[in-house]
Amino acid sequence: MLITILVSAGVVAAVGLFLGALIGFTAKKFEVQTDPKIEAVQELLPGANCGGCGYAGCADFASAIVTKDADPSGCSACSDAMLAKIAEVTGKAAGKKEKMTAVVFCSGSFSRSERAADYNGILDCRSASIVAGGGGKACRFGCLGYGSCARACPFGAIEIRDGLAVVHPELCRACGKCVNVCPRKLIRLVPASAQVHVYCNSLEKPAKRRKLCKIPCLACKKCIRADESHMQMQGGLVRVNYSNPPEPAFVEQVKCPTGALQVEEIHRKLEAFKPAAPAPKAAPAPKKEESK
Amino acid sequence: MSEEIEKNNVALPEPGSLVLSTSPHVQDGDSITKIMVKVLICLLPAVAASIWFFRFDAIRILVYCASFCIFAEYGWTLATRQRATVGDYSALVTGVILALNLPPGVPWWICAVGSIFAIIIVKELFGGLGQNPFNPAAAARVALLVGFAGPMTQWAAPAAGSLISGATPLGAIQAAKGSAEAIAHLGAPDNLMNLFFGNVGGSIGETSALAILIGGLGLMAFRLIKWQIPLAMLVTIFVFTGIVHMAAPGLTPNPIYHVLSGGVMIGAFFMATDMVTSPITPLGALVFGALIGILTCIIRIWGAYPEGVSFSIVIANALVPLIDRMCYIRPFGWHSHSASALQIRRGEIK
Amino acid sequence: MNIPIKTWHFHGGVHPADGKALSNSVPAQRAPLLDRYTVAIQQNIGAPPKPVVAKGDAVKKGQLIAEPGGFVSAPVHAPTSGTVGDIVEVPGANGGAIQAIEIISDGKDEWGSGLDPIPNWKNTDREILKKRIAEAGIVGMGGAAFPTHVKLSPPPEKVIDTLILNGAECEPYLTADHRLMLERTEAVLEGAAIAAKILRVDRVFLGIEENKPDAIAALNEKAGQYGVTVVPLHVRYPQGGEKQLIYALTGRSVATGGLPMDVGCVVQNVGSCAAIRDAVVEGHPLIERYTTVTGTPVANPGTWILRLGTTVEQALTFAGGVKTRAAKVIMGGPMMGFAQTSLGVTITKNSSGVLLLQWKETAEYSSNPCIRCGRCVRACPMKLLPGPVSVMVESENYDEAEKNYVMDCMECGVCTYVCPAKRPLVQHFRRAKAEINAKRRAAKAKQA
Repeated sequence: MLITILVSAGVVAAVGLFLGALIGFTAKKFEVQTDPKIEAVQELLPGANCGGCGYAGCADFASAIVTKDADPSGCSACSDAMLAKIAEVTGKAAGKKEKMTAVVFCSGSFSRSERAADYNGILDCRSASIVAGGGGKACRFGCLGYGSCARACPFGAIEIRDGLAVVHPELCRACGKCVNVCPRKLIRLVPASAQVHVYCNSLEKPAKRRKLCKIPCLACKKCIRADESHMQMQGGLVRVNYSNPPEPAFVEQVKCPTGALQVEEIHRKLEAFKPAAPAPKAAPAPKKEESK
Repeated sequence: MSEEIEKNNVALPEPGSLVLSTSPHVQDGDSITKIMVKVLICLLPAVAASIWFFRFDAIRILVYCASFCIFAEYGWTLATRQRATVGDYSALVTGVILALNLPPGVPWWICAVGSIFAIIIVKELFGGLGQNPFNPAAAARVALLVGFAGPMTQWAAPAAGSLISGATPLGAIQAAKGSAEAIAHLGAPDNLMNLFFGNVGGSIGETSALAILIGGLGLMAFRLIKWQIPLAMLVTIFVFTGIVHMAAPGLTPNPIYHVLSGGVMIGAFFMATDMVTSPITPLGALVFGALIGILTCIIRIWGAYPEGVSFSIVIANALVPLIDRMCYIRPFGWHSHSASALQIRRGEIK
Repeated sequence: MNIPIKTWHFHGGVHPADGKALSNSVPAQRAPLLDRYTVAIQQNIGAPPKPVVAKGDAVKKGQLIAEPGGFVSAPVHAPTSGTVGDIVEVPGANGGAIQAIEIISDGKDEWGSGLDPIPNWKNTDREILKKRIAEAGIVGMGGAAFPTHVKLSPPPEKVIDTLILNGAECEPYLTADHRLMLERTEAVLEGAAIAAKILRVDRVFLGIEENKPDAIAALNEKAGQYGVTVVPLHVRYPQGGEKQLIYALTGRSVATGGLPMDVGCVVQNVGSCAAIRDAVVEGHPLIERYTTVTGTPVANPGTWILRLGTTVEQALTFAGGVKTRAAKVIMGGPMMGFAQTSLGVTITKNSSGVLLLQWKETAEYSSNPCIRCGRCVRACPMKLLPGPVSVMVESENYDEAEKNYVMDCMECGVCTYVCPAKRPLVQHFRRAKAEINAKRRAAKAKQA
């Protein structure tokens, strides 16, 4: 009985050792020689495979950095510290890169927008936009609110709050996936240092905009007139000048009549905005007394 | 004009109140729940027959399986914070079919293990209704047979009528193997009548071919199943066993015996035809039924187990995507010289 | 003609509740003259027409107000005499907003199209007749809105031997073509004869579903004189689909991605035929059409002769308003029509019907999984696999969907009608087609 057990154990152990040795030998003999730097760089990259660099994933980008001199700052998901570490490994200086973030240029949550219809269908923005303009909101330039961008984001940086997509800049790595997915082209990548934006995308006639949404940009250009270096018109839309963005205090100063010009932190909270009290009407000039 | 509208007392639809969706804007009114209810109605004859033959055991097993299946699905959707899906009655249908597949003597914990395996492991872990590749009831029966062979092969006599020698019709074949006489005796018309009405041992639901046939005809009348599957399966089993019986009369009884015994009838009408796990193309359904038939015969005649239907169904379920791909129908207007379609499929052009 | 003609049955299809009894026995009524019409500028597939009138211009009924923007385009004419107003934005039937020319009526309704009648068309040159059809702005009135003069000018390498008239009207609830064939039988047949002369074909079939026995009888009386063979067809949706109709009448199947002219056929709606006859024989361009205003919420459902530029709201008031709450307002039929969000949508050349549905009649879509019951596969007239392809689209696997012929889907809606899981299949396929087309465009742009 004991002999049987010993013999069986011995045979199995021998077979195991033999196969293990065989595997070890072939692994070493037929190893594909890769530059160890590629693996080192790949370890340092975020590993999200978001495609923001334009390559097919982090492994591909790592190999491009080492063998084809690709600029590591092409990875929009990398922080400056990570870029420095990569530069150490490759021995090549990394380019300077400004941190960007995505912004959804719309303020129209469900409670703020007029309803056009009771939408019944696929709850996806691209699918909904195929149905007669799409979705339940009346404004055909605004955010549909069904979350295609949120699902596309590999970093979970977009949240749908009350039917409005809101980006969390601290999580956003500016890979650009949300920009491609939005059927209304509402999302753009802008410098992360800009904290003030005009959250409206409507090209509707200004008179009509108030009927569609509670916080539209009326294109009254009050903010442009207040400071032309910070604000500008771009393709029919009032936009912040992102090469010289204003500070949050600018919003207080301008007193936008609807609240479409807003600080990012306040916009994110989606609280009901109280429009500034209208400036008191100037008293009519006293009638000039008839000269005697 | 507006006076006429006021007369009718209902204003024209207000903006924002209309429903917006793509076409079509009407549907034929059927739903998953209605389909499941119709399947349950078609199961009633088999359920009634099981209670008639096995009395309290049948009621006990049916109640246990149905309850455990429903609780398993409800518990799962609760634990994974999903919308409750027990309302579509698919868990109840699985429970009833599983119950009909169990021997009358099984203890309650076999029902529990089988139900939980069927619902949670075979169905919910793959994504719930519509996503499971394997038939839950068939896979659960296989798992129970393999894991708990003892309790799963305790056969009891039916409460009414006489027994044929051997605990079940298929067990009787094993006992009579080798002797052409004994096999022929099994296939005698008296025994066949017993098999047809259900006066034999076996799982509580599979014994009465008549009851299952009534239910199966109901399924086809309601257009709930792909008729190609039971047709192909029964014809294949008949032909295959017929050939073997004529070639080697001592090996296996006549084909009618095979078709009426064991899980063939219930497997053909209620288990192989499960919508989710069967091919969606008509030709694929024929191939699927034939495949199950062949596998069942092979296992029965030359295999270690007396019954092969559940195994065959599970194996064929695994091949369904392949069958569908091979049996694909060409779209209307596809011509052999129309380059676009076939070449794209082959990847020759983009 | 009463010679029984062989017909073929297409695969699948479905028989939804008819709904035609609401309006098929009521004769068509002419709508009263309105104060204002907003005539959409683009009412055709192809290049948008260009307005040729300015605000304040006086126009007569039938006068040109927008000229074609290219060969594949159709002009637009004033529906009544009066003054031109602004160019306004009106809701489009497919969503969004479209441009329309406002015509303020002067109440006189005087003709002034500038097109002379051609009563002796039998001896008139084909090219002149074709030019007249182009000048009259006639497009496919069954829904496609493809300019008719282009359809009647197939390239020389396509040999046409059959003209097929589409009188099937397979959509539930719609009865406009039925009433037209019943009340203007000779106009339809004469228009068909004109089209046959232009195409130089001898074989003319008029396909009509068997649920219109009175129209079949009326047509059979006169059809022989005009060289048309009336063929009653099995009642099954979508019998009136172009490919299904051609198959039913000739047994020929149009190749995937192909056109009817590839198999030697040209298909025309019966409404377009009547319009051809009016344009040639009377010199009247296309300014009005038979439209069904129907549905259980409508007070007096029926067929109306509506001028282009009438709004849906006005059409509903003609029909007596609504008597029960409507959940949906649809332009077209219930299977392929477009749901509307606004009643300011206007009647255009291809508006075959205005349909209202109550809550309990309306489809309700959900996100249930596909249970692979196979009903959609049995029902699809194009023999596709709607269920599995919709699962591919849900997983955004558009390449696999393309390999499974999603581009051949004709969006008839039969699969969605029968789906017990209530999945919005047609919406999935439209999404897949949009994504595949975008990818093809991007690939083409890269190559260029």
